[in-house]
Amino acid sequence: MKYSSKSYTLFTIANYIFLALLSATCIAPLLHLLALSLSSKAPANANLVGFWPVGFTTAAYYETFGNQNFIRASIISLLRSVVGPVFSMIVTTMGAYSLSKEHAQFKSRNVYMWFFVFAMLFNGGLIPTYMVVRSIGLMNSFWVLILPIAVSVFNMILLLNFFRASVPKSVEEAAFIDGANHIRTLFFIYLPLAVPALATITLFNIIIHWNSYFDGLIYMTDSKNHPLATFLLTIVVSENANPLGMVNNIKNISESTLKASQIFLSLIPILLVYPFLQRYFIKGIIMGSVKE
Amino acid sequence: MRTSLVKSSDPYNGYLKSKLKINYQLHFLLLPSVVLILMFSYAPILGLIMAFQDFKVSKGFLGSPFVGLKYFDILFSTPDFYQIIRNTFFFASTEIIFLLLFSFIFALLLNEVRATFFKRFVQTFVYLPHFLSWVILSGIFIEILNVDGGLVNQFLVNLFGMKPIFFLGDGNWFRFTIVTTDVWKEFGYSAIVILAAISSIDPSLYEAAEMDGANRWQQTLFVTIPSLIPIMIVVATLKLGSVLDANFDQIFPLYNGLVMEKADIIDTYAYRMGLLNLNFSFTAAVGMFKSVVSFVMIVIGYRLAYKLANYRIF
Repeated sequence: MKYSSKSYTLFTIANYIFLALLSATCIAPLLHLLALSLSSKAPANANLVGFWPVGFTTAAYYETFGNQNFIRASIISLLRSVVGPVFSMIVTTMGAYSLSKEHAQFKSRNVYMWFFVFAMLFNGGLIPTYMVVRSIGLMNSFWVLILPIAVSVFNMILLLNFFRASVPKSVEEAAFIDGANHIRTLFFIYLPLAVPALATITLFNIIIHWNSYFDGLIYMTDSKNHPLATFLLTIVVSENANPLGMVNNIKNISESTLKASQIFLSLIPILLVYPFLQRYFIKGIIMGSVKE
Repeated sequence: MRTSLVKSSDPYNGYLKSKLKINYQLHFLLLPSVVLILMFSYAPILGLIMAFQDFKVSKGFLGSPFVGLKYFDILFSTPDFYQIIRNTFFFASTEIIFLLLFSFIFALLLNEVRATFFKRFVQTFVYLPHFLSWVILSGIFIEILNVDGGLVNQFLVNLFGMKPIFFLGDGNWFRFTIVTTDVWKEFGYSAIVILAAISSIDPSLYEAAEMDGANRWQQTLFVTIPSLIPIMIVVATLKLGSVLDANFDQIFPLYNGLVMEKADIIDTYAYRMGLLNLNFSFTAAVGMFKSVVSFVMIVIGYRLAYKLANYRIF
């Protein structure tokens, strides 16, 4: 196909410029943040920093690395971003395997399915969930960041659809005839075939864990247990004169360069994961629309 | 004698038997997720009983006295509550509409780009904000939207000679900022589904249109857009379930006393009433209201998606 009309050429030029500008707006805030974090305090506080550092210095980063609260919160976040996704994937994969069986083979399958789907569509809300977590004694425990969000019914359905679409029935039957049981079949037949789907969901899980701040805020009454996202929230909102009560008890007012360096450091893991994520997530989203 | 011999040597029969024996493993594999869902989804649903009690932490779910619909009566006679529902509905619906519209236009424009390198470049940048948390972005936005010499206001003042805008401190500007930044964050990502739908349009439709003398603009108007209507209907109807889901993660770090009236949504209200003011039963009633309405809307949305576009999720 060729499009040679003059108006189409004009449109193409305008289109390229527009899309380039749009891309620029998506990255500009991050560039400003980086520039700010590398600037001296005086120009930063006088709002003189644009997209290039003014009075280049890495002092803010030195100070941040010396901030014990920041380091501790980062470690908690790194831990939850490893333990959380691994735990979640194990539980979700096991469940998705069973649910991927046909009704004829696994009679209770549909009962389980409705059990999970209802839990996805209806929830008890903030306060009852909070009370349950409290009564199980999970307050201030590391596991409160892992367990409540470990099972995502949506991911389970995604995975079971993937299992159904990508594992040939004949291969599975051959395994059974050779004497494999379900657990062996799951490990040696299903898992190797589902690597792309597992990678996608794991990466999404990592991002969710790294970015979650609300669970840390409400379940960790001791600010020493806050993950990084919650720690940053306390810094960010203190400046915005926020009437958040709980948050305002912990004052972390810092100068803009210091704040910028902390926020930028918290971005780095996401930027590191992003190239891998990009390879998978488009497939993942399209996979999500595959119907049973 | 003979029949039994046949039976034991029939491999398929043996296979079935062993399969029945190992079906307990399927239940076993589901056990962890069932336990977790019971604990963190069904127990809180049962816990909604506290909306009908004068719940006291010391007395627990079993010992607190029942008060019937008292807290729902209070809820529906609180004038603030209606304002909060209006706010929530405003944020949720404008975000749905503008996001859909903008990502649709973006997908059409990106589809016209022939240079693969440029296409990849644009995609890499516009998908990125989706993965950044609102805490991080709020930190940046509070800084660059500052009325007092923030980057955006410097730009407006110096280039257009405008007065500085109080983006986060004026109710209407706050709403504008919330919707704009949300669309900014998500348009690229939500265009993925639309781009996928565009690439699955039958190329022979375009060839036929070209034979009939349609130019590129006419092809877009009469082939691409009509082909995308089903997916757009699906996306829109599935969003019905979130009409009461304004973006808590976004509003929570950004709202403040100055804009409370126009910014307060159900979830922020529930957070303050429940966890700061400790009105547990009242807040459980608020949450229950939201859950029930959302549930009904989701069911309606799924029904509509099925009826209008023949789309089934389960």
